[in-house]
Amino acid sequence: MRAGEHAAASRALSLVIDEDEASEILAKDFFKSAGTVQKLGVSGPPGAGKSTLTGRLIGYYRSQKLKVGVLAVDPSSSISGGAFLGDRLRIMEHATDPGVFIRSLASRGMIGGLTHTIFGAIHVLEAMGCDKIIVETVGTGQDEVDIASVVDTVLYVTTPAMGDEIQAMKAGAMEIGDIFVVNKADLSGRDKAVSDLKSALGLGQSAGQAAKAWEPPVVATSALSGEGVPDLAVALDGHWDHLRKSGEGRERLKKQHATELQFWVHRHVLKNALGRVTDKLLEDLLGHRIDPASLGRKLIKN
Amino acid sequence: MDKPFRILIAKPGLDGHDRGAKVIVRALRDAGFEVIYTGIRQTPEMIVAAALQEDVDAVGLSLLSGAHLTLFPEICKQLKKRGLKDVLVIGGGIIPDEDASALKKAGVDRVFGPGTPLQAIVDYLNEKLRVASKS
Repeated sequence: MRAGEHAAASRALSLVIDEDEASEILAKDFFKSAGTVQKLGVSGPPGAGKSTLTGRLIGYYRSQKLKVGVLAVDPSSSISGGAFLGDRLRIMEHATDPGVFIRSLASRGMIGGLTHTIFGAIHVLEAMGCDKIIVETVGTGQDEVDIASVVDTVLYVTTPAMGDEIQAMKAGAMEIGDIFVVNKADLSGRDKAVSDLKSALGLGQSAGQAAKAWEPPVVATSALSGEGVPDLAVALDGHWDHLRKSGEGRERLKKQHATELQFWVHRHVLKNALGRVTDKLLEDLLGHRIDPASLGRKLIKN
Repeated sequence: MDKPFRILIAKPGLDGHDRGAKVIVRALRDAGFEVIYTGIRQTPEMIVAAALQEDVDAVGLSLLSGAHLTLFPEICKQLKKRGLKDVLVIGGGIIPDEDASALKKAGVDRVFGPGTPLQAIVDYLNEKLRVASKS
């Protein structure tokens, strides 16, 4: 797998994502490659053109002979447990390129739009030798906050048609975006959207936010035509440079590991403790023979 | 919760009529499958590369243009070549009954013609994939 073989990487991903028992041994090894390459998060409201833009970025990186790994996350239905994983559809032009590996993931019930196995999946891509890793998530307005704890550089993608969105700009997105992209630059209203974003970002600074060492740039792109994509890549490289030269990169990586640890502990406490809740115990709660806190403590202790 | 089955739905060749495929995609999602839809105008190479990277349990090929006897066996052959011999392959679209056995020999386990109740496809997939995952 470390030789970059797709078949091996695919199997490794499945073991990690399905939380197969064997995966923990593998995960220990894969983690050794953690933090070695830039991880980009592509987030933003539905319809902004994230997948198409991701496709363009892949094309640009491939022209630089860089290997790219992509994790495209879509939500699982809370009712059926199924999912429509449709991001790959928009980047099929890279399907047969051995230097590109794309995996579609369903959130499988994880709140925040990101599956808790995302870190394990990222480490697989790191271990297989990808030079750039892209995580694409659905953006419903709350998920963006989560993507920031997983990747190094967050791209927040909107379009000129989302002018009102930009005006109202959700606080979460404003704070965690490292690079803001106004996609579909061919649509009218592009210049206004760019300047609205810039002033919204400027307001954030003056409203008492600590002065950031990195000023998030606003880049206009047209994923359909490819316009603006090289500028975006330059901005992405600039952020990676900034992270490595300042102490911020190390801090961010620390936060990522903290989040991964949190996910793991949370998941295992859930599995161990809540997996042992029987109907009899629930009946005990109903009958007030025990209270939730006491029961919870018992379950965690054992 | 058992992990969901993963299925790739693809339209090989030049046929652009994707309404049927999209209906299948929705039905499978509502039945608890993780469905990767790769769209129209896919070459066998693209479909097999996707099946490999996505580590799917099954591949559903949709075709209405009559090229199934050429394209479907080619896809099955390439799946085997890339080590994906355990992936279940099914077909749908405009496929005459008399071609079903030739397709079966080539590796397409079942063909579902127009009008097949969606539940029949779901039940078939669940049954076959459950057996496969136990072995």
